[in-house]
This record gives sequence, structure tokens and C-alpha cells, in this order.
Amino acid sequence: MAAELHVELVAADRSVWSGEATLVVARTTSGDIGVMPGHQPLLGVLESGPVTIRTSDGGTVVAAVHGGFISFADNKLSLLAEIAELADEIDVQRAERALERAKSDTDAGAERRADVRLRAVAAH
Amino acid sequence: MGAQLRVYKRRIQAVTATKKITKAMEMIAASRIVKAQRKVAASMPYATELTRAVTAVATGSNTKHPLTTEAEAPARAAVLLLTSDRGLAGGYSSNAIKTAERLRERLAAEGKEVDTYIVGRKGVAYYGFRERKVSESWTGFTDSPEYSDAKKIAEPLIASIQKDTAEGGVDELHIVFTEFVSMMTQNAVDGRMLPLSLDKGEEESTEKGEILPLFEFEPSAEDVLDALLPRYVESRIYNALLQAAASEHAARRRAMKSATDNAGDLIKSLSRLANAARQAEITQEISEIVGGAGALADASAGSDK
Repeated sequence: MAAELHVELVAADRSVWSGEATLVVARTTSGDIGVMPGHQPLLGVLESGPVTIRTSDGGTVVAAVHGGFISFADNKLSLLAEIAELADEIDVQRAERALERAKSDTDAGAERRADVRLRAVAAH
Repeated sequence: MGAQLRVYKRRIQAVTATKKITKAMEMIAASRIVKAQRKVAASMPYATELTRAVTAVATGSNTKHPLTTEAEAPARAAVLLLTSDRGLAGGYSSNAIKTAERLRERLAAEGKEVDTYIVGRKGVAYYGFRERKVSESWTGFTDSPEYSDAKKIAEPLIASIQKDTAEGGVDELHIVFTEFVSMMTQNAVDGRMLPLSLDKGEEESTEKGEILPLFEFEPSAEDVLDALLPRYVESRIYNALLQAAASEHAARRRAMKSATDNAGDLIKSLSRLANAARQAEITQEISEIVGGAGALADASAGSDK
């Protein structure tokens, strides 16, 4: 059996996903980082963007995180984000509408959020 | 119907109407406690993970950060007080305010100036009435706080702790809120949020026999701490807001339950009085009729002779 690591993806107001995985790829402020079981203890600041989790049963979970942290120690990986959504939960049409609206209102924050959502769906 | 009886009837009616209202408020509060408790539970994973991360950085690196090191001579402290927007919750808000007053006295005795930040209309009214200075206040969300509310509150607090004390910044950050222990018990507590007191975290980790590993920081320990601490403050405030909301509902439920019980007792004793008044009225009417008939009989008997 391949080595596994335990992943907890939590948002400020709920626990979004938890389970076993073989690889987690996330984007920190200094670049993309891939974490596999047995990685050195790590604590990093995440950029807004999609996080890819390759689960131990061969599936892939993609989530959109809006800022936050990645922390890995003791074969447990936690992804903390104020807002985090699974790609399956994202309503593409709504995100597209939000993106257009944000662009016309020049609301940079909303535009970034909508963009992250769409990228997560695209990576799924 | 006699005047006395009418007065009782009217009072019974009024109390019954009040009882209906308090009963409804009790039931609404009871249903909201469960919801609020669920929110507290849902926010726990984030808070615990974040606390773990903060402890890890603060113990696992020698970084000195303004938010983790204690000032040598703290001159000013900020106190964040969480009260409710609405009343009818028994001693909920006044207990929190009393705890804040004690904290203020203690801080003043230590020679610190106190800046007050208030959440909830009740606290604002208390300070407004006494014409005390309030640095900033927020109202309108105490019964169901969102994470964005916590962010809004944390922003000026973090800004003021990052400023130099000479320029009006603060050295310490305290929070006063009502801790939700159980349905029946809620305690107003005060705690220091910043600078972090790490002994507590260390104790906890040694208790569990868990040794915190040496972390690799991405991009650097300073940057991580810079990003982490504001989030930590936000999450602590969010957790406190949620607990305070649950406590508020529990306090309101209890207050409304005793109001409903008292209204029931009042209705019972008033209806006893009303019954006695009705009975007295009937007795009087009978004796008037009997007396009247007796007088008539006497009068007619007299004229016959």
C-alpha cells in the first residue's frame, strides 16, 4: 500500500473535506508546492487558487481556496482558508456572472474570487 | 358586571397577552441556541488548526514579532467587549459589562490606559449614557455573527496594535465575552488575545506528549507569522462572537421562561381574586334581593293590618 497522508481542508465556518491522500498540490506565495507523505514539516502561506488533492483511492479533489495556510506535520496536512469550496460545489454559471459583474464594477476582490472559482472548476 | 370584577378581567387579559409573547420568545430563543451551538462547533476545526499553527511558529522559530513579544512597559491596552443588541435576556449584557469594568480597573491599577471597543447596542448604550469614550463600536449582528463581522472588528484592533504606543497604538489586546458552557451555564470571561501567552500552548502540547516538530517555513517565518497572526485574531474574535451569540440566546430563553412562569402564576392568582369578587357580587345581589323581598313583605303585612 502506498504511503498516505491525512488531509483536513477547513474553512473558517466549516470543515470542507477530510480524508487520506497521496499527493497535495497547492500554490504558496513563493510558488507551487507538492506535498507527499513523509514531507518535512512545513508551514506556508497560500495564494488564492485551486488546490489539488490526489486521494488514496485514485480520485482527485479540487478545491478553490481564498488565501490561507498550509501546514504539514506528523503526516497530517491541514489547509486553512477563510473561504474554501470544492470544485463540485461551485456553480459555474453563478461564478461567471459574478466575474462579469465584478469586472464591470471594477471590484478587484470579487473578480479575484470569481476567477479562482472558475480556475478550480477548469482544473477539475 | 361589577367594577372590581371588570378590573381583574382586564388585567388577566393583559397578562395572558404578555405570556403569549414571552412564550413565543422563549421558543424562538431555544431553537436558535441549537443553531448557534452548531455554528460554534463548525468553527472549531479552523480555530484549533490555526492555534496549532501559531503555536508551531511561535515555539519552532526564534522570530521576534511585535504581536508575540510583550512590551517592556505596556502603557495602553485595548479591551473588546461583546454585548447583545437586544435586551430581555436577563443579566446577559450587564454581566459582560461588569466583567469588563473589573478588567478596566485591573488594567488601570497596572498603570495602563484603556481603549474600549464595543460590540452590541447594550454596551454602546451603557458607555454612551456615562459619556465614556469608545474607540469604535459595531452593532446589528450579535444574534447571528458571520466571519466577515469578525474581520471587520479585527481590522482596527490589529491596526492599533501594530502602531507605536506613542502614536496612539496599544500594547495589549483583551477580549470580554460570555462563554457558553452549557444550556444552563454561561460565564462572562475576559482573556488576553495579544501578545500571545505561549506557556499555555506549550503546556497543552506537553500534556498530550506531542513534540512540535521543526518547521520549514514558506516563504519565511516572519512572513508566515505576519499572515498568520491577523487570521488568528480574527478567528479568536469569530469564536468569541459565536459563543456570545449562543450564550445570549440561552440567557434570553431562561429569562423568558421565568417570565412565562411568572405570568402563569399571576394569571392564577388574579383569576382567584376575580372568582372571589364575582362570588361576593352574587352574594351581595342575593342578600339585596332577600332583604328587598323581606322589606316588601314587612311593608305589605303592615298595610294589611
